[in-house]
Amino acid sequence: MRWRSIPVSAWIGMAGLALALFCAVFAPWIAPYGERQVVGDIWMPMGGEFLLGTDNLGRDLLSRLIYGAQTTIFVALAATVLSFSLGVLLSFTAAVVRGWTDQILSRFNDLMMAIPTLIFALVVLAVLPQRLWILVLVMAVLDSTRVFRLGRAVAVDIAVMDFVEAARLRGEGHAWIIFREILPNALTPLLAEFGLRFAFAVLFLSTLSFLGLGIQPPEADWGGMVKDNKDGIIFGVPAALVPGAAIAVLAICVNLVVDWLLNRTSSLKGARGDG
Amino acid sequence: MAPTDRTGSDPRVTEDETAGDHLPPSQAGMSPAAAEVGAAERGEEWAREAERQHWLKSPLATLILQRMGLSVLLLFAVSLLIFVGVEALPGDFAQTYLGQSATPQAVANIREQLGLDRPATARYLEWLGGVLQGDFGNSWASGRSISEQIARRLGNTLMLAGFAALVSIPLAVGLGMVAVLYRNRIPDRLINALSLAAISLPEFFIGYLFILVFAVNWGWVTFPSTVYDGMPFGARLEAILLPGLTLVMVVLAHMMRMTRAAILNVMSSAYIETAQLKGLDAFRIIAKHAAPNAVAPIVNVVALNLAYLVVGVVVVEVVFVYPGMGQYMVDAVTVRDMPVVQACGMIFAAVYILLNMVADIIGIVSNPRLRHPR
Repeated sequence: MRWRSIPVSAWIGMAGLALALFCAVFAPWIAPYGERQVVGDIWMPMGGEFLLGTDNLGRDLLSRLIYGAQTTIFVALAATVLSFSLGVLLSFTAAVVRGWTDQILSRFNDLMMAIPTLIFALVVLAVLPQRLWILVLVMAVLDSTRVFRLGRAVAVDIAVMDFVEAARLRGEGHAWIIFREILPNALTPLLAEFGLRFAFAVLFLSTLSFLGLGIQPPEADWGGMVKDNKDGIIFGVPAALVPGAAIAVLAICVNLVVDWLLNRTSSLKGARGDG
Repeated sequence: MAPTDRTGSDPRVTEDETAGDHLPPSQAGMSPAAAEVGAAERGEEWAREAERQHWLKSPLATLILQRMGLSVLLLFAVSLLIFVGVEALPGDFAQTYLGQSATPQAVANIREQLGLDRPATARYLEWLGGVLQGDFGNSWASGRSISEQIARRLGNTLMLAGFAALVSIPLAVGLGMVAVLYRNRIPDRLINALSLAAISLPEFFIGYLFILVFAVNWGWVTFPSTVYDGMPFGARLEAILLPGLTLVMVVLAHMMRMTRAAILNVMSSAYIETAQLKGLDAFRIIAKHAAPNAVAPIVNVVALNLAYLVVGVVVVEVVFVYPGMGQYMVDAVTVRDMPVVQACGMIFAAVYILLNMVADIIGIVSNPRLRHPR
């Protein structure tokens, strides 16, 4: 692959992702103040000593934003990885084993998808205790339904190919067929889907936190920061918009990279147009 | 986007069910008395019978009935999931309700008071019976009837969502067509980039941005968007302007991208290429060849995307402090008021399933291959 062939939009996306990831990993070293440290008055304006101003309790907004990157990105990433492992494993199993296993898994998946994700999450989170790992698990399970759908469609196509047939005749077990025959050939479409799911997970986590059901204060996370600072909007304080913009920029960057990946794979297939 | 790949208009499904079609009504079981009836009358009766059978056995009707039956089944399964599934999860309502320091006696009292000590199946059947009659029981937090609250709020939510749908549908279809017409040129790229950005924006970000600009800085509209009973229609419309526009932004981008894909799908089919090679001008191709085939997928896409409203409306209502179903549900979740959460969850899921069913049925009806039995 030549570097020149990568479009500018994809470079922008990758640069944005790299920056966010850098902030997330090295948050304690690059944040000018502590995550929970009260450093000044409430809602001080941007510029001056505090680059982005202060929040509703007088904490430095930039520092909270950097720490928030850590929480938001890692929780969303954990949920996405988990949902992918779950979705891919189950969908490939369904596609390889067929029969009743496929029927039960697919019909249950249909049932799960019949309820909007956010509504389902609200119902479930109303019962479960508020813990971080429970939140990650709920996000992962709900999201894995979407992965299952794509994964099954991809795997069914591959499972009827000659090399899979050959492996079956050789007497390989289901596990071999899933991990050694189908998975390597399904990676490209799944990679693009991974990006989309991650962007969705960031948005979803932020929405839950914004509604007060995601990550609990005083931990900084972008959706929760919007919730903390939303009352300032009426007084013309834009503090709530800063973390909101951060979420948007991160999601846009992911989408730019995914768009490029999808275009690359579809042009490989020689499809006419992109419809 | 995820829901584009749904099928539901697959003509092959009907093949085995309609294989034995078009036989006249069986004559084997005819009684001697019936044979006495005049030939003309009999012929007429046959024709009527054949027509009835024809309607019943038409693959279209079968498919639609099947799809509706599936939705009813799905609704039932969802109610089971929302009630029993929630029941099976760990966590004791009474304990969380009273807090960690509650005495066991107090916990037992409240369990009894809320009827939690009875078996789950009995409670589920009772709940389902009530729901079917429009009675969702009483809220734990306030003790008042949930149905009353919902009756008041559902109208507000429907008005907000309806407004958003009315604005976004023509806009999305129009923009989608413009994007296809100028495909891979500047207008298309611009629309594409903007819609990509709009998809990535969280609802609350758009909402607060609008509030800051339009309500706080420019003072065009008031915030929060309160509506009350007996409010004049004009004032009500003004109140839902900002939340409505936010919702439009949320749905528009999805709908437009899928409309564009649906039109492009038609435009890249072989008969369009033939029309182009014949030398027809672009307008004629779109009006006479593409449009009749593109209407169905577009309507399907629109119905499908209206389902995004269900999720969008929850967040938008919280942002704008708008007294609708979404706000009601989120408030109930924070205080763990389970009957309210289940009622709202059920209603949102029902609307979502209904919209998906309508989208599928439109897809079935608009498929000309299914309109005539083979």
